[in-house]
Amino acid sequence: MGSSSSISSAHLLRLYDRFESLDRDNRGCLSPDDFEALGGLAMNPIGGRIMEAFFSSGQDTVDFSSFVRILAHFRPTDRNRNKEGAQQELPSSRTRKLKFAFQLYDMDRDGKISREELLQVLRAMLGLQVTEEQLQSIAERAIQEADLDKDDAISFDEFKKSLEKTDIDTKMSVSFLK
Amino acid sequence: MLNDVTEDQKNNLPVFTMNYPRIQIPFEITLWVLLASFAKIGFHVYHKITIWVPESCLLISIGLIVGAIMHSVHEEPPAVLTSNVFFLYMLPLIVLESGYFMPTRPFFENIGTVFWFAVVGTLWNSIGIGISLFAICQIPAFGVQDINLQENLLFSAIISAVDPVAVLNVFEDVSVNEQLYIVVFGECLFNDAVTVVLYNMFSFVAEMPVVEPVDVFIGVARFFIVGLGGMAFGILFGFVAAFTTRFTSKVREIEPLFVFMYSYLAYLVAELFAISSIMAIITCALTMKYYVEENVSQRSCTTIRHVIKMVASISETLIFFFLGVVTITTDHEWNWGYILFTLLFAFVWRGLGILVLTQIINPFRTIPFNMKDQFGLAYGGLRGAVSFALAFTLPDTIGRKQLFVTATIAVILFTVFLQGISIRPLIEFINVRRTNRNLETINVEIHCRLMEHTMAGIEDLCGQWSRFYWKDKFMKFNNRILRKILIRDGRAESSIVALYKKLELQNAMEILDTASGNIKLLMTKKFLAADLRNIHDILSKNMYKIRERTVAYRGKHALPNDSQTREILIRRHATIRRSLRPRSFQSSVSYLAQFICIILINYLFCWEHDHETLSEVAYPSQRSRFGKPARSSSSKAMIPLHRLGTLEEVPSTDVLNEESSSTGQGVFRTNSSYSDSRVPHPRRLYSLFDDNNSEL
Repeated sequence: MGSSSSISSAHLLRLYDRFESLDRDNRGCLSPDDFEALGGLAMNPIGGRIMEAFFSSGQDTVDFSSFVRILAHFRPTDRNRNKEGAQQELPSSRTRKLKFAFQLYDMDRDGKISREELLQVLRAMLGLQVTEEQLQSIAERAIQEADLDKDDAISFDEFKKSLEKTDIDTKMSVSFLK
Repeated sequence: MLNDVTEDQKNNLPVFTMNYPRIQIPFEITLWVLLASFAKIGFHVYHKITIWVPESCLLISIGLIVGAIMHSVHEEPPAVLTSNVFFLYMLPLIVLESGYFMPTRPFFENIGTVFWFAVVGTLWNSIGIGISLFAICQIPAFGVQDINLQENLLFSAIISAVDPVAVLNVFEDVSVNEQLYIVVFGECLFNDAVTVVLYNMFSFVAEMPVVEPVDVFIGVARFFIVGLGGMAFGILFGFVAAFTTRFTSKVREIEPLFVFMYSYLAYLVAELFAISSIMAIITCALTMKYYVEENVSQRSCTTIRHVIKMVASISETLIFFFLGVVTITTDHEWNWGYILFTLLFAFVWRGLGILVLTQIINPFRTIPFNMKDQFGLAYGGLRGAVSFALAFTLPDTIGRKQLFVTATIAVILFTVFLQGISIRPLIEFINVRRTNRNLETINVEIHCRLMEHTMAGIEDLCGQWSRFYWKDKFMKFNNRILRKILIRDGRAESSIVALYKKLELQNAMEILDTASGNIKLLMTKKFLAADLRNIHDILSKNMYKIRERTVAYRGKHALPNDSQTREILIRRHATIRRSLRPRSFQSSVSYLAQFICIILINYLFCWEHDHETLSEVAYPSQRSRFGKPARSSSSKAMIPLHRLGTLEEVPSTDVLNEESSSTGQGVFRTNSSYSDSRVPHPRRLYSLFDDNNSEL
């Protein structure tokens, strides 16, 4: 784990306790069922996708170092103060967080959010009352707004650009992971 | 002599008699309860009313009408609203409901603020109002010079009990932030306790001719003993109740009874020792809930929730109804000066109190309260049931009892009607101005919601942490010791039973699969401003809220709504199915294999199971622990596992893998084409589940 993602040892200990309590069969690694057993995650509309992010490299178990590595994405970052005294986020941590969010959309890992992928996420997050046409038009509008090179998909750079005014750091940090 | 005998024999067996006095009391109670309930039904006939006018207003109005009718026929209202009836029968139910449905995690995170506002705020209010009214009493023009300081304090303690039930509904609809909601909720709950304690103290003091400083000091000490003692009793009874439910697996029908009896017992024992019974019953409910809901069956859980809601609702309805009736039928003593100043002071002191207290506590909070929140807190200080009951049951030794009753009723009516009706437009006005300024792009809205859901998921993964050392200690203690003692069979449940439930959703999944049809290629069309607003509307109304709001925000009078949970779970399993194909061979096959072996197990074994078990396994509505379902099904689910060995030979083409990745499940790998040949089976199987699924 690199220096930018180092977590204090007290927190690591807690994470390890948590890892052990999640690992119900005491195998030293987590399987999809351990994730499924978490009620909150099961009721999360994108719970499955979050799980996918942990198992991304083709394996079906997560060991402790991968667990921590992924959770380290969500550390709140120390902000730099530039000369004017205003606070800025570290660009690399912001990119990492955005990359994580991007991968929640981009399930086939081709580097682009296609219309179908966007539709899937929208369907997961919206209630059943929304009709298919409404979903289509929402997705259409979203792609129209963000797609600058007109390839009918949102690439990572376009994704970053559409969120340039949003404060990702506060939105995607777990404060106690400092 | 012969005539006497025939006279006696004339007393024949009567054919038809009426004996009203015998049934009078239960009959009248039943009629009153029914009348109040009809009123509640009537309100919802026209939906718009309940949005603009809080329910308490409507109930009081109906009570006023009934009171007017009774007054015109010179009837007296039933003398049921005595001190005993209110404090022993009605109040515990209301408080139990509030305690039981308190969202625990936000509550404990904000516990300091809640107690600050409840205790210090109520003290501030009552002392402030009491002293100002005493000052007013000195003015001879109002003619109330005979009210001394103690009686003023008593009166002000009565009217400082805030009951913002109506306001909570408005807050929920306007999506006020969770912190504000929980502070208002908690404050309402605990200041009932504080008010009752103050009332008892001041009524005792009011009877003493002279008050010495020693008495004040003793009063303060008593205050703490009463509060902490109540909590201790509550926790004790809560643990005993949890322990009892560990052994109730054979007597499922009376499980809900334990919850009620133990809470009521906590209340009564606390009353016995004259310590705060409200604190006792609240802490009992809070403690009990966590452990009991893991031990009892699904049905008992639903029953408990339902019954608590029902009796609390009736209790509150009756109180407001009586308020209306009594307003007309009591002899009032009206005193313009006293009453108007009471109204003024109640309002002013509440506002001041909130302002000052917020300034002091804001630095200690992670999310400070802004002016809008403070306005909501201050303006939402309606008075309600508890104030009325306390005033009505004042001892007759107080000289000006009628004046106090009249003043209390006036304050309640004023706040409930005026503030209750006007708070919604005011809050919407303030809110609307803020959101109109920055209309974000659709992208940002969608991505931000996605990120919020992500963070909720990650926080769930990390578990419930806090910066607080003691909370972590407690959680460790809880996991290691308490859970072993208080929860039956603390082992983690096999996820086969969890899969049972997933399969029951199969029907709904099929429907959804056909609904998510083909993707039409839309021509790039121009989006007008109206379309954009439409889209924003759709997004803001239909996007799922984050999980805390799902659980906590249903407002006081509604049962928790689990349709959102169901939709999410249905959708998630549709996604799992769809994502099975592109995923890696082994993991997708393992999922399929589990599904398939469940289907086979169901097919072979569940014919013998009675439907009782199956419906127990039905949808986990409130239970967020998806992997730990109802206990009764567990023992039966364990049996099929042993037969798995014989099933291994059944599939035609299979690649058996000896290494089982998860113990106790007997996962075996098969060719993915296997799944297609098995598709007819689920259909036949699910006719079994039809009567259960019809509830979905």
